[in-house]
Amino acid sequence: MSDTQETTPTAQQAPSADGKARRARIADFISDNGALVGLLVLCVAMFVATPDFLTPNNLLNVGIQASVVAILAFGQTFVIVTAGIDLSVGSVAALSAMLAAFTGQTWGMPPMVALLFGLLTGLAAGMVSGAATAYGKLPPFIATLAMLSVARGLTLVVSNGIPIPTPSVVTWLGGSVGPIPVPVVVLLVMGAIGWFILNRLAIGRAMYAVGGNLEAARLSGIPVKRVLVTVYALAGIFAAVAGLVLSGRLASAQPQAATGYELDAIAAVVIGGASLAGGVGKISGTLIGALVLAVIRNGLNLLNVSAFWQQVIIGLVIAVAVGIDVLRRKRA
Amino acid sequence: MSDQPILTLDHVTKRFGPITVVDDVTVNVHKGKIQVLLGENGAGKSTLINMAAGVHEPSSGQIIVDGQPTRIPDTKASEALGIATIHQELQLVSSLSVAENIMMGRLPRRFGLVDRPEMYRLATQALTTVGLHVDPRMPAGALGIARQQLVEIAKALSLKARLLILDEPTASLTKHEIEHLFGVISQLRSEGVGMVFISHHLDEIAAIGDSVTVIRDGRFVAEVPPTTPEPELVRLMVGRSIDEQFPRRATPPSETLLSVAGLTRKGSFTDVSFEVRAGEVLGIAGLVGAGRTEVVRAIAGADSYDTGTVTVRGKPLRKGRIAAAIAAGVGLVPEDRKAFGLVLGASVQDNLGYATLMSSARYGLVDRRGQAERASAVAERLSVRMRGLSQRVGALSGGNQQKVVLGRWISAGSQILILDEPTRGVDVGAKVEIYQLMNEITAAGGAVVMVSSELPEVLGMSDRILVMSDGRVAGVLAAADADQQTVMSLAVKEVEADRV
Repeated sequence: MSDTQETTPTAQQAPSADGKARRARIADFISDNGALVGLLVLCVAMFVATPDFLTPNNLLNVGIQASVVAILAFGQTFVIVTAGIDLSVGSVAALSAMLAAFTGQTWGMPPMVALLFGLLTGLAAGMVSGAATAYGKLPPFIATLAMLSVARGLTLVVSNGIPIPTPSVVTWLGGSVGPIPVPVVVLLVMGAIGWFILNRLAIGRAMYAVGGNLEAARLSGIPVKRVLVTVYALAGIFAAVAGLVLSGRLASAQPQAATGYELDAIAAVVIGGASLAGGVGKISGTLIGALVLAVIRNGLNLLNVSAFWQQVIIGLVIAVAVGIDVLRRKRA
Repeated sequence: MSDQPILTLDHVTKRFGPITVVDDVTVNVHKGKIQVLLGENGAGKSTLINMAAGVHEPSSGQIIVDGQPTRIPDTKASEALGIATIHQELQLVSSLSVAENIMMGRLPRRFGLVDRPEMYRLATQALTTVGLHVDPRMPAGALGIARQQLVEIAKALSLKARLLILDEPTASLTKHEIEHLFGVISQLRSEGVGMVFISHHLDEIAAIGDSVTVIRDGRFVAEVPPTTPEPELVRLMVGRSIDEQFPRRATPPSETLLSVAGLTRKGSFTDVSFEVRAGEVLGIAGLVGAGRTEVVRAIAGADSYDTGTVTVRGKPLRKGRIAAAIAAGVGLVPEDRKAFGLVLGASVQDNLGYATLMSSARYGLVDRRGQAERASAVAERLSVRMRGLSQRVGALSGGNQQKVVLGRWISAGSQILILDEPTRGVDVGAKVEIYQLMNEITAAGGAVVMVSSELPEVLGMSDRILVMSDGRVAGVLAAADADQQTVMSLAVKEVEADRV
């Protein structure tokens, strides 16, 4: 802020120049925060279309609906920043939740141990994908496509295709404390953790370097392989958290839970301004992307639009959002 | 100059947003004359010719063709006026045949089908005009750069071009290929084709030009005859006199910093041994493909090797470990900064800090203040010209980008700098700054290993010159005893030996 003020003459001296500068600043802000502006426009439109939208209850609903995809998408952000992609996050979410439920219910482990077991499952799955990419030289698309299938298969094997009730602490994750839904709190906490990793940890900054130019990063002494394993491991842990929240809301781990959620997560990251070519992406953008998807779903539900048409509309929104971003970059 | 110019860019100005890239420049091109356009990287040469090529329209000023003020809104219009541009990046479709490339968009037809015999006949005719005898049926990508360039010129001529714009056509050609190209250009000149010729190489200007327009920072500086002495051209181009093009200040060498013994990698280099002492600049010369880049990358840990040792201050380095080499004080400035040196989308500050990002972190946290301080100190020391440390490094000129790659190692405190083609694509002013930096490094007790294909640079800046030939060390010369002749004869040694 301070440097924009330095370059702007005071209003008394040059009112027209100031107005111009302010307009330019607003234009810059809109073009830098396209997704945020889009989200706000969307919210206003939904409010106009149906006053039910802007009730506190409904907004909390949007938060709950956004939470699982947003948490998955935070994890996906790390991967996409390094120019990778993780198709397995939906399956890993389901497997983590299932193993937490299984160890709690079938093995009778204490709930906290079961929860930890779920998180470790996500970590392990992510590390395997990461190692396959970094050391096995498999393209991320293939490595995580394999993990998508393996994790979903293991979920079915463990559960025998039957839902398992979740341990108490996991169920609590899906509930609420007073008026505050816990999934929304988890979303905010995971978002803060994600922001901290990307912006304050050296390995987070290294992720941008690796995604921007892997060879330049390597020649500068950045441990590229360690960075890659880390991003997939993080995506795995975030997926596990998302899976636990999802199963907590249903009070049971479902074998087919989170099917297809990886695509929503990728869409949220991309709507948030990240580039699949790597080197670009922000947690705040991803959060906005996830909220855009949730607001559209919620609003269309309120308006009684059929679920079939919702899919069509969401697809168009993704295309338009990314299209605008591409145009904006070309102009810059 | 009584005759009417084919093309006049009359007081043209081009602004992109708030930035003026070309400011009130006038250039005339006459029939059968070669107008040289001279200027540093980023001086506005490309923008200027792009106005004639129909890529940009001038913001003010006008374009006059054959005495008529004319608008050139797009490349089609430029083509229709008989103006053809041979860009630095060649525009051929490498999978299509030479003939298809030449005749693209106007393939001869019979009964709605492509008339191949006619197409090959027309293409062969076009190729003859540039003295190129290749089979028009072969894919364009199978030709070398020099021949592809000639194909583009042939294509332009077959389109009845009477004005050719050549944007640094010699940048990637060998000496022999340049001679052939100049032969073709002279021939075209005598046939009345007007040309605009952009080059960095001052010696080429005297060889080929009829008149030289010098531009600097987007402004017209002077129009001078091609016989103007080189120091004067340099002065006009950079706006200050460069007394010495190679300002090497020798430092008395002291203890050995880097020693390489018996380094071998099958198929790349064999039994390479040398030492570099503190205060020394070792130049590595040789032909392209002699294994110079491979050797220095192996030393820096970027690639592995089969046998041999690399020792820094008496301590052996583990092979293939970049981090180990960096910790020992070795910094590699790779040959292609865009592919291997920079994250173009990231900021200047980030790019300056990559080598210290991990090592300066505490408990995994970025040393934000330290990174920022080191970046601003080094950017100032190297006088990196930028809008600020947060500017995208991709937006800087070639010379400033190179300074950022160098600055990364200065910032990391590297004492042994390995520079692979450090001044390629760097303008004259920044070149000298890079040489000054090499002086500072050696004066402070560091050492520099410089791989370069520019012989004057190797001769001018090195204390000793190691010449590689076919993956081996062909010889080491003291700079005082070396000249172009002795270096070249060593460089071709192994190649000649193979022939016997």
